[in-house]
Amino acid sequence: MSDILDKVTQSEYKYGFTTDIESDQAPVGLNEDIIRLISHKKEEPEWMLDWRLKAFEIWKQMDEPNWANVTYEKPSFQDIIYYSAPKKKKELASLDEVDPELLKTFAKLGINIEEQKRLTGVAMDVVVDSVSVATTFKAKLKELGIIFCSMSEAIKEYPDMVKKYIGTVVPRTDNFYAALNSAVFTDGSFCYIPKGVKCPVELSTYFRINEAGTGQFERTLLVADKGSYVSYLEGCTAPQRDENQLHAAVVELIALDDAEIKYSTVQNWYPGNAEGKGGVFNFVTKRGVCERNAKISWTQVETGSAVTWKYPSCILKGDNSVGEFYSVAVTNNYQQADTGTKMIHLGKNTKSTIISKGISAGKSHNSYRGLVKMGPRADKARNFSQCDSMLMGDRCGAHTFPYIEIQNKSAKLEHEATTSKIGEDQLFYCNQRGIGTEEAIALIVNGFCKDVLNQLPMEFAVEAQKLLEVSLEGSVG
Amino acid sequence: MEQLKDKLVSSFMVIENELNNPDWAPVFDVRQKAMDHFETKGFPTKKDEEWKYTNLKPILKHDYKLFPKRDAEAIEFKDVKRYFLNDIDTYRIVFINGIYSSWLSQTTHHGFDVCTFSSALLRYKDELSTHFAKYADNEESMVALNTAFARDGAYIHVPKNVTVNKPIEIVFFTTGEGAEVMTQPRNLVIADEGAKVQIIERHRSLTDHAVLTNVVTEIVAEKNANIEYYKVQNDNVSASLIDHTNVQQARDSHVSVGTFTFGGKLVRNNLTFVSNGENTESHMDGITIIGDGQHVDNHTLVDHKMPNCYSRELYKGIYDGNAKGVFNGKVIVHQDAQKINAFQQNNNILLTDRASIDTKPQLEIFADDVKCSHGCTVGQLDDEALFYLRSRGIPEYEAKALLMYAFSADALDYVRIPELKTRLNRIMGKKLNVDLELSL
Repeated sequence: MSDILDKVTQSEYKYGFTTDIESDQAPVGLNEDIIRLISHKKEEPEWMLDWRLKAFEIWKQMDEPNWANVTYEKPSFQDIIYYSAPKKKKELASLDEVDPELLKTFAKLGINIEEQKRLTGVAMDVVVDSVSVATTFKAKLKELGIIFCSMSEAIKEYPDMVKKYIGTVVPRTDNFYAALNSAVFTDGSFCYIPKGVKCPVELSTYFRINEAGTGQFERTLLVADKGSYVSYLEGCTAPQRDENQLHAAVVELIALDDAEIKYSTVQNWYPGNAEGKGGVFNFVTKRGVCERNAKISWTQVETGSAVTWKYPSCILKGDNSVGEFYSVAVTNNYQQADTGTKMIHLGKNTKSTIISKGISAGKSHNSYRGLVKMGPRADKARNFSQCDSMLMGDRCGAHTFPYIEIQNKSAKLEHEATTSKIGEDQLFYCNQRGIGTEEAIALIVNGFCKDVLNQLPMEFAVEAQKLLEVSLEGSVG
Repeated sequence: MEQLKDKLVSSFMVIENELNNPDWAPVFDVRQKAMDHFETKGFPTKKDEEWKYTNLKPILKHDYKLFPKRDAEAIEFKDVKRYFLNDIDTYRIVFINGIYSSWLSQTTHHGFDVCTFSSALLRYKDELSTHFAKYADNEESMVALNTAFARDGAYIHVPKNVTVNKPIEIVFFTTGEGAEVMTQPRNLVIADEGAKVQIIERHRSLTDHAVLTNVVTEIVAEKNANIEYYKVQNDNVSASLIDHTNVQQARDSHVSVGTFTFGGKLVRNNLTFVSNGENTESHMDGITIIGDGQHVDNHTLVDHKMPNCYSRELYKGIYDGNAKGVFNGKVIVHQDAQKINAFQQNNNILLTDRASIDTKPQLEIFADDVKCSHGCTVGQLDDEALFYLRSRGIPEYEAKALLMYAFSADALDYVRIPELKTRLNRIMGKKLNVDLELSL
């Protein structure tokens, strides 16, 4: 068993490579001038710059939070390059114009844009180091009135809409990293689904942190107008680097009356090597607000990053709205994850479901931290939470910190959590049927995570299962 | 809040002189340190994660009298008889305004010690210097405050293989003497190898003035000892209680602590179990039934340091009026503490929209071969069950009370003193406003 363990802990990060694309970089450090520079480079209107500067003011007065159950060397915010854009900046109409280096990058990742375009019908807004380079299926989406573009484009083309919604779900004052992001975000995705439109394809963005030493500050804003539906995929991988990279994204979802948003993430950033050196810091603020009868569903598979600090949340503001959170978080070696969700029930008959599966191996720490709050107006609110942890090896830790705050007598809530390990009898059963230990573990882990993986769109489910196998196979002792 | 702190700090100098005699020497350093700690840290505020949901401000604004007069004979037995278990014979350690009342007490030194903390300070210096302030977390400022001021309380020491023949009642009365009073009792329970003891602790205010009790109890269960400890908290609504109980368990010991809270303005129970040996068994049961103007906060921590142990936790709460309930249960399983079976359950019912419950069941697991689970629910009475009972001719309020009783009564399963169980049933019936007439 131990050689299997070695094999896994020593397995190299598959996606660790750097693409040589010339970058247009801002000087190292953070001050008002840098923010002005970012804003200028992105040709932003005045109000956007003011908005950023205000956020910077707020950020300066905030302290870095330390309540999360993670320990790491705090990043120095003056040693980060806040802006870096690939130099070729002409408008691209087709894939042929995309930098061939970049296409190779995607090929290595196993994401062939053309292939995807043809076979799966996934429209991709590809973000490499903060600036959108290729956007596909745009014309098709345009027909339906769907806006799916980069954030910088949205600020230029649809300023009213951006102005109306940005910062309404995650205000600049929300937390340290949200404030930082608001000040320096370089790009991201913007999506608007008009009234009653069901988006026919799964919208998808691949993020890649590319330039060494650049923090990735993405800002995503997704607005689903009344009665619309959209499924959005976000996948992340980062090249292998020795120094820690900071990622502080903000994602805002707005589901207006009767709308439904399904947001799926597979996060596989570089987790650091077996000694815990390097890896990405992932401090993300994700939140959605549901109006009447709306539904937001978060699904995440977290296998990467050295430190993860992420709580996709739902504010169930409208009556009868629904929030869902499905999560698989896997940590190995020295990874640390503090992740969970917040379900804030404000409206009547609001429902939420939380299914969280944590798997810790090696010397890693995996925490579930969640809040379920039911306000006095949330009559007949309903929540079901289940947090299961699986431990592999006796040097890792699993933690649960569920906060439950109930102020309504008709509210119903159930919360349960368990901690266990892979049963020896289960393994024995598989072995005895001729299934190798490694395969058996993959089977059992997949079974453990099934509730969550089932929620993922087809393309992602396959990738997520592979990721689980890569990060965990055989790491049971 | 600051005023009370200043008063405490300056009062410490007064008792300092009193305590500074040679007899108290072994504990004096501990007190001094504790006081220094309290002085730097101050009272806990909502900014402390452990006090996030409990605001002490409203109960700390009073001008408490810290050293009530020594008029311990002021109450007649017949006036307080109902606060004791009368149907059976018990040992009694009774305090009035924090001062020992020999008149109401029945103590012993035959075979085992059931006496006061102050007399133990004189008689059993060795035990005291081994155990005093060694377990309760002096980093917690309320504990530090108690350590600094603790002058009296119960001292119970049961030697090897002795079973105490009848339950021990520890009762604290507060008469107030026409003023607001703060008392800080300190209890120490030591059960040596194979010893067995049952203890009931009760705090009762006999005045309408605000009363604040800050009590710390340290319990040591040596190898194979068996301790049952019951807290009956049914005080009037002007009295507040902050309780810290720390249980240390050696291998093969069994300890169960029952916390039954029906009264009090603000009650905060900190219950910590530390399992230092293998094969220990720990039971925690709690029932909270409160109404208007009441706040009850149960904080439990089970610290599994050694393998092959079992812990079980069951807390039930019913909240009426604008009552506020808090539950925080934490289970820590250390590395190498394999084969732990830890179970934690917290069920709550809110009867009105003004009542609220904040609950936080936590698990921190560092060992892989364990079975740990927690469950937490907030809900209402089952409408169908209610309908069933009503269709059988049981009036609604009675049916509700029956269901609420059924909801909470399984936390009484581990109460092994039948008379106490009957008493608790009676209190619950009264609290639920129905004569249950259950012959249990």
